[in-house]
Amino acid sequence: MNSFTFTQATAVAGAVQDKAAHDDAAYIGGGTNLIDLMKENVARPTHLIGLKKLGLDTIEALPDGGLRLGALATNADTAWHPEVEKRYPLLNQAILAGASPQLRNMATDGGNLMQRTRCYYFYDLATPCNKREPGSGCSAIGGYNRVCGILGTSEQCIATHPSDMCVALAALDTTVRVSGPNGERTIKFEDFHRLPGDQPERDNTLEPGELITGLDLPAKGFEKNFSYLKLRDRTSYAFALVSVATALELYGNTIKDARLALGGVAHKPWRDKEAEAMLIGQPATADTFRRVAAKVLENAKGYGANTFKIELAKRAIVRALKQATEMNQVLDTNAFQNSNP
Amino acid sequence: MSHTTDYIGKPTNRVDGPAKVLGTAKYAAEFNVPNLLYGYVVSSPIAKGKITKIDSAAVKALPGVQEVFTHENVPGFAFLDRSYKDDVAPGGSPFRPLHDAEIKYSLQPVALVVADTFELARYAASILHIEYEEEAHATELAKRIDEAFEPGRGKTGYKPPKSRGNFGKGWKQGVAHMEANYSHHAQHHNPMEMFATTVEWLGDKKLTVYDKTQGVFNSQQYISKIFGLSKEEARVISKYTGGGFGSGLRPQYQLFLAVMASLQLERSVRVSLTREQMFSFGHRPETLQHVALATAADGSLTGINHFAVAETSQFEDFTENVVGWSGTLYDCKNVELGYRLSKLDVFSPLDMRAPGAASGSIALEIAMDEMAYAAGLDPLEFRIRNYSDFDQAQNLPYSSKALRKCYAEGAAKFGWEKRTAEPGSMRDGKMLVGWGMGGGIWDASKMPATVKASLDADGHLTVSSGTNEIGTGTYTIMTQIAAESMGLPIEAVTFVLGDTTLPESPLQGGSWTAASVGNSVVEACTKLGEALLKQAQKMDHPAFKDAKIDDVQFANGQLRLRSDETQAVVLRDLVQASGESKIEAENSTVLAKLEMLKPPKYSMHAHNAVFVEVKLDPDLMTVHVTRVVNAVAAGRIINPKTARSQVLGSVVWGISSALMEESVMDHRFGRYMNHNYAEYHVPVNADIHDIDVIFVSEEDDKVNPLGIKGLGEVGLLGVAAAVTNAIYHATGKRVRDLPVTIDKLL
Ligand SMILES: Cc1cc2nc3c(=O)[nH]c(=O)nc-3n(C[C@H](O)[C@H](O)[C@H](O)COP(=O)(O)OP(=O)(O)OC[C@H]3O[C@@H](n4cnc5c(N)ncnc54)[C@H](O)[C@@H]3O)c2cc1C
Ligand code: SF4
Repeated sequence: MNSFTFTQATAVAGAVQDKAAHDDAAYIGGGTNLIDLMKENVARPTHLIGLKKLGLDTIEALPDGGLRLGALATNADTAWHPEVEKRYPLLNQAILAGASPQLRNMATDGGNLMQRTRCYYFYDLATPCNKREPGSGCSAIGGYNRVCGILGTSEQCIATHPSDMCVALAALDTTVRVSGPNGERTIKFEDFHRLPGDQPERDNTLEPGELITGLDLPAKGFEKNFSYLKLRDRTSYAFALVSVATALELYGNTIKDARLALGGVAHKPWRDKEAEAMLIGQPATADTFRRVAAKVLENAKGYGANTFKIELAKRAIVRALKQATEMNQVLDTNAFQNSNP
Repeated sequence: MSHTTDYIGKPTNRVDGPAKVLGTAKYAAEFNVPNLLYGYVVSSPIAKGKITKIDSAAVKALPGVQEVFTHENVPGFAFLDRSYKDDVAPGGSPFRPLHDAEIKYSLQPVALVVADTFELARYAASILHIEYEEEAHATELAKRIDEAFEPGRGKTGYKPPKSRGNFGKGWKQGVAHMEANYSHHAQHHNPMEMFATTVEWLGDKKLTVYDKTQGVFNSQQYISKIFGLSKEEARVISKYTGGGFGSGLRPQYQLFLAVMASLQLERSVRVSLTREQMFSFGHRPETLQHVALATAADGSLTGINHFAVAETSQFEDFTENVVGWSGTLYDCKNVELGYRLSKLDVFSPLDMRAPGAASGSIALEIAMDEMAYAAGLDPLEFRIRNYSDFDQAQNLPYSSKALRKCYAEGAAKFGWEKRTAEPGSMRDGKMLVGWGMGGGIWDASKMPATVKASLDADGHLTVSSGTNEIGTGTYTIMTQIAAESMGLPIEAVTFVLGDTTLPESPLQGGSWTAASVGNSVVEACTKLGEALLKQAQKMDHPAFKDAKIDDVQFANGQLRLRSDETQAVVLRDLVQASGESKIEAENSTVLAKLEMLKPPKYSMHAHNAVFVEVKLDPDLMTVHVTRVVNAVAAGRIINPKTARSQVLGSVVWGISSALMEESVMDHRFGRYMNHNYAEYHVPVNADIHDIDVIFVSEEDDKVNPLGIKGLGEVGLLGVAAAVTNAIYHATGKRVRDLPVTIDKLL
């Protein structure tokens, strides 16, 4: 870790200006990811801009019936907010499936979007990694890639975005609010994170200096039929091998509206709108679910150690859709997982 | 000498619990001695090759950086390999930190940056410019089987496996057979506390060294020999250890570096390793194993064949007893065993909880399950039919063996008789249910240990020995034994350990501390009793005039006659009358040392039997270990509470080995890639459900006077195999490469 200066920003405009005034500045939320990256010398900012005093830690109702999550609201406060619990239970489940209580108490919603991949090589300076050092090569390809992606990968990078929360946010059609040197703008969630292509060093579409100020959830929360299913190497405190966020609107046994997004499989939360379209109008049966699962993974590509994720993802999709339909988590995988929120 | 307080065998709270909870228990990196400098280790990014250039100018120019130590400027210390050998060094040439330009393994320490603050040292280390010339390395055991060789005598405690009878004949006699390959990967100990040493420079080469270790004397003799220090100059202290599991049996390189830097700079220095660097030294070696078993029509084993290849480093032959147990645990005339090593470009492996047995029992106990199925027998019934009543490997009777009780009591508690044999035949709702079992055997050892017992004028008893507390409960059980021996309440007794100025004790390992130090505590207290009696006699107390030690007892802080309890003197008064501040006595280790030279008369072992229930989601194949019963026969249990904790920890580790734990190496880099707590998976609370620990009664007057067998390790045996066997029972899938991660079950 190198030495750095620190200012505690008190206004968004000031924070943005401060960032522009430094070459290697970084915003810091809860610091649960950035500090680790600094300790490993993966990130070497010379100036940190604290965001916790921006007053952006509130959660407020929006006039259109939606809900605005301040970028500095903690993951824990968000998950346990009464409106989130009641109207966006999918988001509540996804957040609680992630990390540990201590981390969720520190981590902020904005930071959660911005957290970097957990690819082993990205963290280890002794190995080549295009994301850390463009042009050096991708060690995960042909290496230990258990945590890496199977969808939307490129020859330059097969990393995944590790967030659980973001998978639910993608499924729920969230809008990201940002402020930057050129003023404010909004970004649709599906456009926020990007695929690696030949620029794996870029995780998302934020412009230099831009700051996330909030997340707008639309009014529709799918509070009746939803499921966040996370499969991982231990029951808690591990990143997803595969996760599925799904939400359904049912009319009898017919699917009227559907959302489906996957985590742990791609460089971004993998929302599949074609799959959603395939669900709409169909009976909510295992048969439908299996067809949809096959479609989602149609173009998946395994890289050896992570090839099992293709089959695992198919089974997880079928299970998550079934759980969302029946809303009685008969099979206990979730019961085991949620036993210590 | 008889006693009247009763602590041995009673559940007793940890006497060091309050200190740990309050944070007053200090660990090696927490001694903030004045004027401390901080060292940060730079680790090699390559697995094999040479350092071709080091440019430390920029680093040295940083204000506050004191020195950059590399092989280029560290003076030569002791010349001979012998000087670098510690008490448990395997055969070969021990690694010398910062010795030359050669890189022998990835993460090898290549420089130590010493600065005024930890943060500065860490930053400076990150910009130190070092160039390397890489050479091709070999780290993949499976590709190096052809080079495997039979190790020579190996390190202390290694018993080259002995075959007996004729396996080929036994195999042919069998009517049912099994044969399979098993493997598991390297594991790193990863105790919570990372390795650290704080060296306090007291002037003129005199040092107090706070080290993370499982043996202060081992650290002391290591630095004394290398740096030419006397025992007075090299005092080593380790009062608390934040987990050891074997990782602290050998001095780690931060000890060398901190002492070297302190002597060179004539300053106090601390060096602590990072979590990543916890993957830069010894580990449980990967093994590849083969087992073949054959049974006669009645289910008796006619042949056992167990062969293992393990990794070692290029510079030392690390040996452990992987296959030997297969010649002891079950009754069989024809046993063929083999054990080989293959040299890789890694650091030497190191004992890790139940070294060898943990690895070997995975293969043997899965194989026993496979054989039971092939022979059409229940796995428990199969083991009982092959029960060993006589140690055929050593050709000795057992000093005691209550494994039958483990089988019976464990099975009863678990409800094993309700098991249906067919894989996939048991369900809980839609969840697949599997029941599996396993077990194991571990040495009951005892080493010579010196203990001093000292009674002061306030009547407080201090018992001391330079052993270590690695979390097992040493402080507590020694206090119990001493209090009971002297008939004192536990509050009137303090046990002191972890300091080379105390009487010498062996390393804390091998599950031998309770037996070794425990029996010596009794001996020292007996001697103290004799000294007190002598003092009473000196005081012309008529009642004690002709009394022998067996005629007296200690109770209520008094020495009194057994035949007439009203004849008593207060212990405090004895000390006061002596004119000294205390009366002391130390046990002698002469007999214990002689004992070690004699061939054993008995086979002395602890045993266990473990029963496991798993539940699996039939579609997603997620495994949950819902129930474990571990029945242990380990002689006399001094403290059921700390003993139970040992077995609970063992079970958790067994589950870890079965389902998640492995150090994953990328062989292209010769480097472990999951070198942090987020990716080196061990169970979390949510993975652990019901664990039942049973200590079956086992009286043994032959193993040692207290009848202790030790239990730091035995509880781990068979757990990983039992989980794997339960998974087979639930699914019909036999996984032979551990850990059984989800990808292996889909
Ligand atoms: C051991 C461990 C396990 C974990 N397990 C999980 C898991 O299972 N699932 C999961 O989803 N997550 C997991 N996490 C990740 C955790 O959720 C993230 O670290 C956390 O959400 C990041 O939030 P933060 O506020 O601490 O971000 P910080 O560390 O403060 O920042 C992260 C990045 O975001 C940038 N940033 C922060 N705020 C803003 C903003 N408002 N605008 C623009 N940029 C910003 C920073 O500059 C930095 O680059 C785990 C983390 C750890 C350490
Ligand atoms: S997958 Fe991406 S992050 Fe991982 S090594 Fe390749 S380039 Fe780096």
